[in-house]
Amino acid sequence: MPDYETFEHDVLIIGAGGAGLRAAIEASAAGVRVGLVCKSLLGKAHTVMAEGGIAAALANVDERDNWKVHFADTMRGGQYVNQWRMAELHAKEAPDRVRELEAWGAVFDRTKDGRILQRHFGGHKYPRLAHVGDRTGLEMIRTLQDHGVHQGIDVHMEHTVLSLLKDGSRVVGAFGYERERGRFKIFGAKAVVLATGGIGRAYKITSNSWEYTGDGHALAYEAGAELIDMEFVQFHPTGMVWPPSVMGILVTEGVRGEGGILLNKDGKRFMFEAIPENYRAHTADDEEEGWRYCQGHKDARRPPELLTRDHVSRCIVREIKEGRGSPHGGVYLDISWIKQKMPNAAEHIKRKLPSMYHQFKQLADIDITEQPMEVGPTTHYIMGGVRVDPDTQMTRLPGLFAAGECAAGINGANRLGGNSLSDLLVFGKRAGEYAAKFARENQHGQINTNDIDSAAREALASFERSNGENPYAIQKDLQETMQNLVGIVRTETEMREALEKIGNFKTRAKKAAVTGNREYNPGWHTALDLKNLLTISEAITRAALDRKESRGAQFREDYPDKEERFSKVNTIMSKAADDSMQVRLEPLPEMPDDLKQIIEENR
Amino acid sequence: MTATFKIWRGDAKEGGFRDYATEVAEGMVVLDAVIQIQAAQARDLACRWNCKAGKCGSCSAEVNGIPKLMCMTRLSELPLEKPVTVEPMKTFPVIKDLVTDVSWNFRVKKKIKPFKPRLPDAPDGTWRMQQEDIDRVQEFRKCIECFLCQDVCHVLRDHQMHEKFIGPRFLIHVAALEMHPLDTEDRIEELRSTQGIGYCNITKCCTKVCPESIQITDNGIIPLKERVVDEFYDPLGWFWKGLKKLLNR
Ligand code: SF4
Ligand code: SF4
Ligand code: FES
Repeated sequence: MPDYETFEHDVLIIGAGGAGLRAAIEASAAGVRVGLVCKSLLGKAHTVMAEGGIAAALANVDERDNWKVHFADTMRGGQYVNQWRMAELHAKEAPDRVRELEAWGAVFDRTKDGRILQRHFGGHKYPRLAHVGDRTGLEMIRTLQDHGVHQGIDVHMEHTVLSLLKDGSRVVGAFGYERERGRFKIFGAKAVVLATGGIGRAYKITSNSWEYTGDGHALAYEAGAELIDMEFVQFHPTGMVWPPSVMGILVTEGVRGEGGILLNKDGKRFMFEAIPENYRAHTADDEEEGWRYCQGHKDARRPPELLTRDHVSRCIVREIKEGRGSPHGGVYLDISWIKQKMPNAAEHIKRKLPSMYHQFKQLADIDITEQPMEVGPTTHYIMGGVRVDPDTQMTRLPGLFAAGECAAGINGANRLGGNSLSDLLVFGKRAGEYAAKFARENQHGQINTNDIDSAAREALASFERSNGENPYAIQKDLQETMQNLVGIVRTETEMREALEKIGNFKTRAKKAAVTGNREYNPGWHTALDLKNLLTISEAITRAALDRKESRGAQFREDYPDKEERFSKVNTIMSKAADDSMQVRLEPLPEMPDDLKQIIEENR
Repeated sequence: MTATFKIWRGDAKEGGFRDYATEVAEGMVVLDAVIQIQAAQARDLACRWNCKAGKCGSCSAEVNGIPKLMCMTRLSELPLEKPVTVEPMKTFPVIKDLVTDVSWNFRVKKKIKPFKPRLPDAPDGTWRMQQEDIDRVQEFRKCIECFLCQDVCHVLRDHQMHEKFIGPRFLIHVAALEMHPLDTEDRIEELRSTQGIGYCNITKCCTKVCPESIQITDNGIIPLKERVVDEFYDPLGWFWKGLKKLLNR
């Protein structure tokens, strides 16, 4: 066997966004040696782009808020296919996780009496999002990063993991390469935490960066863990649509939280037209009430722009399809109208939404204090992911944990805005805690060198093909396919077609060729990322085919309604002995009576 | 329309500019052109990027000689009748093409004393701070660590004083900690000694390139310099420092 550089850690964490960093901090505080591997430089992970805030029932702005309401909101938003235990833990623990960030130096916006300010967001009954203007993710990642580096965590920046290493059924490390020099590395670990984020790069229009290739999902699946809820992909209603080069870049829901409204080309506020039954009692009767809600009047109910993301996205698609869209194929999002309601509106907008102001001014020549923005849905988040134990975040493979976006369960069929950052903190901490515990109770496992040699050979194969295909072209074709055939509106025929195409892409990916050498070679990196992208694309498609109903983020044109028989099941996928992808439906765990009662009380 | 991009290709040992012609369209930024060239003509062209929206600070480079985020530099701002030059930041060693070794920055940051809050204000373990008392700190915390200010600062760029001077990025990091209403740590002595604040002669080049428009010099470095002066050359300063320590017990 060639010599590979080898590192040994007690706990290895893959991914350095919010969940990975929080897990690293927790594990290292528990006294074990922690290694952290990330694809980019430290502090650049996708968390940095989160804008709106962290959902936690601190009750600083509205004293009626508490974990029970947050729990009920999360379950309603997820259409009740969430893992109730995760939603419960999340709602209970999020406030402590936010307060602890303050103790580590985070500087949140303040209320008049000097406490952490909270803002309104879609699907949350009370103002619940702790935030810093519209750059909350940056504040969170910087706080965790700065706190973490003083804890003696070994950080391996710009490294990509290619496979997990196993000793029997137990996961005992990872094999990967350093992007800079292209050298292979072995990471031996007593426990491994996946915190790799999402899958957005499987789609053409996405708010996600190149890193989001479903690595954790695919690594876990290949190693023998299960995936759950993969059909639920969140299309955020407001991404930029113009100019083409910025298509998909996120426009924070905070714009609507501050009073922004959605209009079609005729200037009609279309969101008032179709309010879903289960939200009718929570939604404003008219525009005036909606505005009062955004201004913090406690007797007012939310404007329909702040309904859940799945619903808002579908309404926007309807407007566009029926010919009432804006010139560049979106709809209008207008915050400038608030000048009718308040003096100094322009200043207010710039203070509350500084990076949105900046982003539109610089990238689209639009002054959002004067003009409406053009927006349309963009692939943003996957609710589905690695199946984990709700308390410990361990997968069915001993020693393998997952947290954050790549794990699943808390969000069900649709995630509420703001519940992601809190999820990263709550379950990042838990994963770190239990991974450290596992590491203390177990020794290092045996690493199988044959596995490593074959993984290394496979990784280098693309260099040996002289006139194979351009990996970028394959990636682009896959993105088009997923966008067009497994997007917001789905049908059986289109998804069957997608599966066939994915099969072809797999063959093409085996012929991908790269030029140059192994040092910092993005063409090679793209060729290697294809494998994970193809695995998760297949998983999304198969799960979406098997859920023959419309629920939350999954909208089936051929089954447009919710179906009773799907209301209490999750789709579970795993790799069969013949390497094929198996999907099965499994009943949800039974919810205890006290939680059922909380849901009833908050109907 | 076609435009020409002169992109620096090479590694630590050798390199030079190479011309690439590519189709450009309305609204494109420099990073779009680079990614387009990478996908079609130069698969192994190395560059860093993540967010494409000026939020992550990965895509720093020098465009027509000026330190910029490639993702926030519109082609419409540039004279396209001439080739656009794109090269890596000069202050840091090249790894390959547009990618530089910025690891020095991470080492510097690790040496800065971390945040140390006073005891909580309320029995539930929380603190009270007024918005106007944190506005300045929030300004500094907007930093996306693009290191463009480090790239442009002559102390680092021309004089290579990396061992003696932490650079504007970390001076405002220290400023954010020092001006944090809850912080009780004292970082003034090392600002003067190991962190070398005295090397900054307030040319304000850093402020000019900061994509977050942080007033690095006026709001950060100058007040810090004043604190250093007060503490080291002014007995009253010593008195205040003693008092601050007492109050924070
Ligand atoms: S003002 Fe100081 S820190 Fe900024 S560029 Fe000039 S010398 Fe460097
Ligand atoms: S201070 Fe400005 S220029 Fe310097 S690293 Fe931060 S964002 Fe970049
Ligand atoms: S890609 Fe994030 S700042 Fe340019």
